[in-house]
Amino acid sequence: MEALIRWLVDTFPPLSEALARLIVYVLYSGVLAFVAPVLIVVAYTYMERKVLARIQDRVGPNRAGPLGVLQGFADAVKMLTKEDVTPACADRVVFNLAPVLATVAAILVFAVLPVAPGVIGADLQAGVLYVVAIGALGEVAALMAGWSSDNKFALLGAFRAVAQLIAYEIPIVLAILAVVLAAGSMQLGAIVAAQDIPFALVLPVAFLVLLVASIAEIGRSPFDLLEAESEIVAGYHVEYSGMKFAFFFIGEYMHLFASAGVITTLFLGGWRGPLASSDSLLGVLLGFIYFVVKTTAVIWIMMWVRGTLFRIRIDHLLDFAWKFLVPLGLILVVAVAVALKLPAVNSPALRWIALLGANVIAALLMMIVISLLARRSRSAALRAVAGAD
Amino acid sequence: MSSEFAFVGILAVFATLLPVAGLAVAWLVRPKKPNPIKQSTYECGIETRGEAWVQFRACYYVFALLFVVFDVEAAFLLPWAVAYNQLALYAVVEAVIFVAILALALVYAWRKDALRWT
Amino acid sequence: MAIEQALQIFVFVILTLMTLGGGLAVVTSRNLFHAALSLILSLAGVVGYYVLLDAGFLAIVQLLIYIGAISILILFSIMLTRGLMTPRQVQRNEQWWIAALVVFLTFVVLIVALWQMVWPIADDEALRTPNVAISQLGEALVGPYAIPFEIISVLLLVALVGAIVLARETENNQGSHAEAGSSE
Repeated sequence: MEALIRWLVDTFPPLSEALARLIVYVLYSGVLAFVAPVLIVVAYTYMERKVLARIQDRVGPNRAGPLGVLQGFADAVKMLTKEDVTPACADRVVFNLAPVLATVAAILVFAVLPVAPGVIGADLQAGVLYVVAIGALGEVAALMAGWSSDNKFALLGAFRAVAQLIAYEIPIVLAILAVVLAAGSMQLGAIVAAQDIPFALVLPVAFLVLLVASIAEIGRSPFDLLEAESEIVAGYHVEYSGMKFAFFFIGEYMHLFASAGVITTLFLGGWRGPLASSDSLLGVLLGFIYFVVKTTAVIWIMMWVRGTLFRIRIDHLLDFAWKFLVPLGLILVVAVAVALKLPAVNSPALRWIALLGANVIAALLMMIVISLLARRSRSAALRAVAGAD
Repeated sequence: MSSEFAFVGILAVFATLLPVAGLAVAWLVRPKKPNPIKQSTYECGIETRGEAWVQFRACYYVFALLFVVFDVEAAFLLPWAVAYNQLALYAVVEAVIFVAILALALVYAWRKDALRWT
Repeated sequence: MAIEQALQIFVFVILTLMTLGGGLAVVTSRNLFHAALSLILSLAGVVGYYVLLDAGFLAIVQLLIYIGAISILILFSIMLTRGLMTPRQVQRNEQWWIAALVVFLTFVVLIVALWQMVWPIADDEALRTPNVAISQLGEALVGPYAIPFEIISVLLLVALVGAIVLARETENNQGSHAEAGSSE
C-alpha cells in the first residue's frame, strides 16, 4: 500500500501525498466492499456445496455452467427477483437495518487483515482487539433481527445466538492473548512478522481453541444452534426473505472468510511463505496466493467438521465454552506468561520449546481437572439414582 | 485523525453502500403482491398466540454479565501482554493475581450452578 | 491543512449529531428496545470522538466493552422485564419535578465547571507523534497503577457475585416459568 502511494506520487508529480493516499484507500475499500464479497460468496458457497456433496457421496451442483461453477450467480439472480415479505407486525426500520448491519460488520473485519505483503488497509495498533470488537456488531444485528421480526422463534433464536456468541468470544480473546504475549504486539502486521515459526506450531492449544471457538462464532455446525431447524425453525432470520435474507447469507460467508483469515494471520503465518516479499510485485502476488490458500485450507477444515459432526445441545454448547474453553484459556495464558519469563529461556529454540511445553502442560492440567470433575458428578448422579431406588 | 482510522471510515461507508444498493435494486425488480395472510407472523406455520416479546429467564443475564467481566479483563490484559517483554517479574505476578481473582469469579459461578442452562 | 481541518469538523458534526440524537432518542422513545438501540448509536458516536482524539486503543475498547458487551447486557435485561416490551409505557411518574431539578442543577454545575476549566493544549509536536504506544499503557497498568489494576478485578468479581445472588432471587420469585415461548 505504502509503496503504491509512493509510486503514485512519483509518477504523477501534481499528486500530493494525502491525495494519493485517498485514491489508494478508496480503491482498496471499493475492492473489499464490492468485489471481495461477490467473489467470496460465489466461490465458497460453491466449494461448500461440492465438499459437502463429496462427504455425503453426492455430486453437488452441476447444472449452471461447467461443473456448476455458475450456481452462485444463479442464486444471486433468484434472490434478487424474489418477493420480499415483511411481517405486518414487524418493526420496519429495525427490520431493514439488521441485514445491513450484519453485512457491514462482516466486511469491516477485512480492514485490518494483511492479505499480502504490505497490503493491509489499516494496521491498527490494537488490530486484534478491533477484530473481536467488530464481531460485537454482528451480535447487535442478530438481536435487532430477532426482536423486530415479531416472531417468537426469531426472538428466541436471536437470544440463543447471542448467548452462544458471547460465550465463545471469551475463548477467542484468551487465545488471542496468548498470541499477543508471544508476538509482543497487537498489530496484525507485526504478528505476521513475528512468525518465523507459525504460531500453530508454537501455541497449538491456543490454535485449537481459536479454531473451535471461531466455528462457534460464525455459527456453523456442530455449533449451528442459531438455525436449529428442529427447534427454532431458522433462528433470528426466519422472517427474512429475498434480498434481505441474502445479505444475512453474504454476511455469514464474509464472516467465515474473515474468521479463517484471522486464524491464518494469527497462527499460520499469514501471507508468509517461500519468496513472498513486499519488494516486488511478484512477491506480493505470491504472498496473496499463500494467504488465500491457507485461508481456504482453514475453511475446508470447517466444512469438513460441518459435514462430519452433528449439532450439539445448547446446554452442552454453553458448558463447553464456559467450563472447558474459558478455564483452558486462562490456564494457557498464565502458562505462556510464565514460560516466557523462565530464566533459562534465552535463545529462539529454547523459547519455542518452553512455549510448546507450556501448551502441553496447560492442556494436560485442564484434562485432569475436567476428568476429576466429571468423575465426581458421575458418581454423584449414580448415588442419586441409587438413593431414588 | 490517523490515516488508519480514515481507511476504516471509508470502508465503513462503502460497506454500507453494498447492502443498501443491493436492497434498492431488489426493491426495483422484485414482485410486490402483499396480502394479509402472507404477512402474518410466521407465514406458513401455526398461528402464534400472545405477544412475541415474552419474558426471558434470568440465566441469560448472568451469562451476559460473565461475558462483560471477562471482556473487561481482556481489555486490561492485552496492553499488559503487549508490554510483556519489557516488564519485570513482579508485573507477571500482578497479572497472575488479576487472572486468579477472575478465575475465582468463574469458579464461584460454577459452584453456584449459575453456569447451568435451564 | 485546510481541507483536513474542514474534514475533521465535518466528521465531528456528524458524530455529535449521532451522539446527541441518539441520547435524545433514548429518553424520548416510548419503546424500550428502540431506546436501547439509540443508546448504541450514541455510544458509537463516542467511539468516533476517541478516534478523532487519536486515542485508537480507547476507541476500540469503547466499541468492545460498551457496544459489544454493555449494550447486550442492557438488551438482555430488557428481556427480563415482563410487560415492559409493549410500547404503551408512561414515561413520567409523580417525581418528575425532582428529577427535572436534579438534572437542571447537574447541568448548571457542568456548564460552570467546563467554563472555568483551563484546557491544556498539547503542543504541535505531541499532536504529530503517533498514538501513545499500547505497551506504555501496559507498563503503566502494572507499574504506577498496580493497585487500581488489582482492585478492578475485585470489583468485577463483586459485580458478578451480586448478579448471581440477584438472579437466584428472581428465579425463585418467578417460580417455575419455563423458557420463553412455553410460558404463555
